[in-house]
Amino acid sequence: MLPLDPSVAIGLHDVAVRFRVPRRRIPTLKEWAIRRLTSGLAYEDFRGLDGVSLEVARGRSLGVIGANGAGKSTMLRVIAGILTPTAGEVVVRGRVAPIIELGTGFDQELSGRENVFFNGALLGRSRNEMRDRFDSIVDFAEIRDFIDAPLRTYSTGMAARLAFAVATTVDADVLLLDEILAVGDGAFTTKCRQRIESFRQAGVTILFVSHSLDAVCWLCDDALWLRDGKVAALGPAEQVAEEYRGWMGKDRPTARRLHGSDGI
Amino acid sequence: MRAVASLAAEPVFRNHAGKRPTPWEDVQDLVTYWHLLLNLVHRDLTVRYKRSVLGFFWSLLNPLLMMVILTIVFSHFFRFELAHYETYFISEYLVWVFFAQTTANSMASLAWNGPLMKRVRLPKTIFALSGTIAGLINLGLSTGPMLVIMVFVKAPIRPAMLFLPVSFLIIALFTLGVSLGLSALATYFDDVAQMYQVGIMGLMYLTPIMYPKTIIPGRFMWLVNANPLTHLFELARYPIYFGQLPPLHVVWLSLAAAVGALVIGWTIFRRLAGGFYLHI
Repeated sequence: MLPLDPSVAIGLHDVAVRFRVPRRRIPTLKEWAIRRLTSGLAYEDFRGLDGVSLEVARGRSLGVIGANGAGKSTMLRVIAGILTPTAGEVVVRGRVAPIIELGTGFDQELSGRENVFFNGALLGRSRNEMRDRFDSIVDFAEIRDFIDAPLRTYSTGMAARLAFAVATTVDADVLLLDEILAVGDGAFTTKCRQRIESFRQAGVTILFVSHSLDAVCWLCDDALWLRDGKVAALGPAEQVAEEYRGWMGKDRPTARRLHGSDGI
Repeated sequence: MRAVASLAAEPVFRNHAGKRPTPWEDVQDLVTYWHLLLNLVHRDLTVRYKRSVLGFFWSLLNPLLMMVILTIVFSHFFRFELAHYETYFISEYLVWVFFAQTTANSMASLAWNGPLMKRVRLPKTIFALSGTIAGLINLGLSTGPMLVIMVFVKAPIRPAMLFLPVSFLIIALFTLGVSLGLSALATYFDDVAQMYQVGIMGLMYLTPIMYPKTIIPGRFMWLVNANPLTHLFELARYPIYFGQLPPLHVVWLSLAAAVGALVIGWTIFRRLAGGFYLHI
C-alpha cells in the first residue's frame, strides 16, 4: 500500500500490466475444448506496462508520449480502473473522469440530444444535472440546428465537437485525455485548448496522451516518455520532448528519413 | 475554496494487483450507476422500435400474429384436445419470447458495447441487466393484447392473474442468469452465438409451450421435467390458462432454477469479465 500523500493526485508504484494471450487465437469454444483436452494451449506474455513508477502532483499536467504500443493507453486504463494491474499499485485521489477519447459511447441511432443524456449517464450524471448543462454543451459544440437529428447524419467534426463538449462538462479532479486534439478543424482545436487551459487554471490534474509533441509542450508542465512499457524519461515537458525527438531521429531509420528530408 | 471543500470528502481510488471486486461490491457498483441503467433501458426500448413504422406496437403485434398462425396450425391441423387452445399457447409463448429475445440480445449487446467498456470503467453486468429490464417491460406491455385476445375468444379471465408480476419476476431472474453466462462466453468464443441458435430451437420444442405435456411418451418425460423452463413457464400458465395460483412445488422448483441460473451465470461472468478487454 502506498502512503497517502495528499499533494499527490496520481501515484503509480511499480505498476506492471501483462496480458496472457494464447499463442494462437482460439476463436471457438469447440476448438478450445479440444485443445484443452489435448493440452495444446500455449500462452505468451505480452507486456503492456513494465514496472512504471511515478507521481503526479495535484493540479499538474503530465503529457505522455511514446511510440504506438509503448503502453500509453494501457497506463490511462489502469489509472481509470478499466484494467487491473498484474503487479504494483495505483492510487488516485479525487474524482476521476472517464478517459476522454473522441466518440466514446455515442450511439448512431440516437439523436444528438439523447446522446448527450446517455453520455452524461456514463459519466455518472443524472438527467436533471444534464438538463442544466445542456445549453452550454450545445452552444460549445455549435450544433444547435442538428441536435434532434440522429447521430449517423453528423459529420465526423460535428460528432467530435459534441463528444468533447459532453466529456468536459464533468467536474472531475483528474482528467484523462487520449489524443483528443487530433480531430476537428483549427478553430475548434483552439477552443478545446482553451477549455483544457481553463481546467489547468482550476487546479484539475491532467494526463494528456498525444503524438503531438507541440501540444504536449504547450499544455503540459511535465512529460513522460514510455518505451516498451517502461519509463524512458520523465521531467519537464520541453526537455523530455527534446530527448524523444532525438531518439526518433537516431534510433528509427524511417523517422530519421522523414525528419531529415524536411530541410527546415 | 474548491480545494478545501473537496479535500474532506475526497475519494481515493486504489487499483492494485490481484484486485477483484467481491459480489457485494459488484452490486454496489450497479447501484451507483443507476442513472446509466435507466438510460440503457430507455435506449433498449427506443432504439429497437425507432426505425419501424409501427414502432412500439410491433413488439405487441409480433406475438399476436405468431399466435394466430400457431392457433390455426394446431387447432385445425394437429388437434390437441384442449379447451381454449389459444390461451393455452399464448400463456407460455409470451414468456418464451421474452426469454429467447432477452438472452439473444444480451450476447449482441455485450459485443456492441465493447468499445465503451474499453474507455469507461463501468459495471459490465449492467448490459445484461438493462436488457432484462427492457424485456420485462415489453413482457408487461404484451399482456395487454393477450387480454384482448382472451376476451375475443371468450376465455375466462380470473383474479389469479394478479400473481403474474411475481411469475414474471422469477422468470426474469432466471433469464438474467442465463444472459450473464451466455454473453460472457459469447465474448470469448465466436461459435457460442451460432450454437445458441440451434440450442434455443431445441429448447423450444423441449418445453411444452405449444403442446400439452400429456402427449410426451413416458420414457422422455424425465427430459421435459429436467428442463427448468417447463416449470418456470408454468408460473405463467397456471394464472392465465387454469385461472389458479401455481402449485407450491412449481414455485419452489422455479425459484431454485432462477437462483441456480443466477449463481452459475454470474460466476461465469465474473470469472471471464477480467479478460473481456482482450476479446472485444
